Amino acid sequence: MGADTTPKIVIVDESPIRAAILQEGLREAGFTEVVHISEMQSLLARIYALDPDIIVIDLENPSRDSLEQMFQVSRAVRRPIAMFVDQSDAASIQASVDAGVSAYIVDGLKKERIKSIVDLCVSRFNAFAKLQDELDRTKNALEERKVIDRAKGILMKLKGLTEEEAYVLMRSTAMREKKKIGEIAQSILTASELLK
Amino acid sequence: MTAQLHVGFIPLVDAAALIVAVDKGFTAAEGLDVTLVREVSWSNIRDKLNIGMFDAAHLLAPVAIASSLGIGHVKLPIAAPFNLGINGNAITVSPALHAAIMAELDGDRFDPMATAKALARVVASRRKSGAEPLTFAMTFPFSTHNYHFRFWMAAGGVDPDEDVRMVVLPPPFMAETLASGQIDAFCVGAPWNSIAVDRGVGHILHFVADILVRAAEKVLAVRQSWAERHPDTVAALVRAAERGADFVEHNRAETARILAQPERIGVDAEVIQRTLDGRLKISPDGTIRESGRYLLVGREGAARPEPVQAAWLYAQMVRWGQTSMSAEALKTAMAVFRPDLYDAALGRGGAAAASSPGPFGAFAGPVFDPADVAGYLGSFAVPRQTR
Repeated sequence: MGADTTPKIVIVDESPIRAAILQEGLREAGFTEVVHISEMQSLLARIYALDPDIIVIDLENPSRDSLEQMFQVSRAVRRPIAMFVDQSDAASIQASVDAGVSAYIVDGLKKERIKSIVDLCVSRFNAFAKLQDELDRTKNALEERKVIDRAKGILMKLKGLTEEEAYVLMRSTAMREKKKIGEIAQSILTASELLK
Repeated sequence: MTAQLHVGFIPLVDAAALIVAVDKGFTAAEGLDVTLVREVSWSNIRDKLNIGMFDAAHLLAPVAIASSLGIGHVKLPIAAPFNLGINGNAITVSPALHAAIMAELDGDRFDPMATAKALARVVASRRKSGAEPLTFAMTFPFSTHNYHFRFWMAAGGVDPDEDVRMVVLPPPFMAETLASGQIDAFCVGAPWNSIAVDRGVGHILHFVADILVRAAEKVLAVRQSWAERHPDTVAALVRAAERGADFVEHNRAETARILAQPERIGVDAEVIQRTLDGRLKISPDGTIRESGRYLLVGREGAARPEPVQAAWLYAQMVRWGQTSMSAEALKTAMAVFRPDLYDAALGRGGAAAASSPGPFGAFAGPVFDPADVAGYLGSFAVPRQTR
């Protein structure tokens, strides 16, 4: 690879959404040659065929150990090195492991260039984790809402309460028992199942 | 004061002493609050130990040595005060390769020299007919699996770098990849050989105990600097692991149940117990083979680290070109295994410390002498020593 050309980057990730987020970030930063591999069967063969300058892999991926073998294959023309081999930047190693991403770089890339790519991967991985977290929380909130609504219905029917009164009863019980209203609602559902 | 520790492990039966120590409360009894973290790759374990996300880890013995020497990766001195397992691996081959080896076999099918020579004939006839080279999978470049595989086939005249393809695969993918025909054989720890046999896609050709009578497999690894700063914690961890190892040997059914938990290994207890008992189904037709040496955890002094084992593993790295021979590196490698920390933690010394663990009992080559690694390596025909 010449100094002026765009490095070829391979993203190894089984999560298509995260890979898309990363790919988009890299494109925006001017790295146009990005290939995503989501299929772990014959991973090494594909990497050899693509001959990338940089390989980015998520740390939840067991195939990371297969990639490590590429350091050892004596007949491989170009040997990638792990980003971690350069110990000069402990903070960026920490940030990358925290974010759950690892990068392998084939010799010949300038250090500043590598750092900017790795930093970008770290921030995109973190952005994805945040997104995932928000999604999970929204999902949980929705689930909880459904449970509360069903519990409300049961109380209204059994005790002849209005919707407002049923809600107030659950809330005050939750406060008295130092529990979440969702937990009280869940126990009402469980009890009503049992008493059917 | 309770010490809080994060300890990484890979879902394998030879993490038993560690998992049992935590799940039976032996670590808590030592004042340790241990969180076990299940990992998906040895690379992750190595890196997380390196940056301090893990205080200790279940680690391939050769990775502990390679890290301490800075071979293939960042140099990070490791101390191994406890040996988590001796032996425990097996070589599994596809039904097609099994049939081919058996057709060429001249001798006992459990004799590794006979099977290695048969393999050499299979390799030669494939070459003659223009068939693709056989592909053998193992778990990591710096793994006992890699070295055991190579030691075996080279004894029969097969050069693992020239005559076959060696690839790395994560253990949970082995059976599936063997079934799909992408690989012809693999060497891996338990329970993954049994899983391939149960699925009808493989035959266990050898227990590693056929190849070496006594081979250090996984260690409990800590950063050397951490061990120096926290000697009491290391000692407490060793004592808890020793109780765990002892428990494993005397309570196999309960151990198997503990390991079977989804957040531990997550496979059937029955499959795990086969390994602990050394009583394995080796063929899809139900043939059973027993060995008293399949996996040693808390018996025959298996838990005490033996520097001579580290020397043998270092010699394999030299033999297969991962590093070059140096007297100083050999010394560093041997110093990774810390019987002194083990003895100190358990209040042993003198006679116990001086007792010799006995030879490797390799099926081929001369008796290994750490004082003459170059001479030892020079005696092998494959590969020719060019360094």
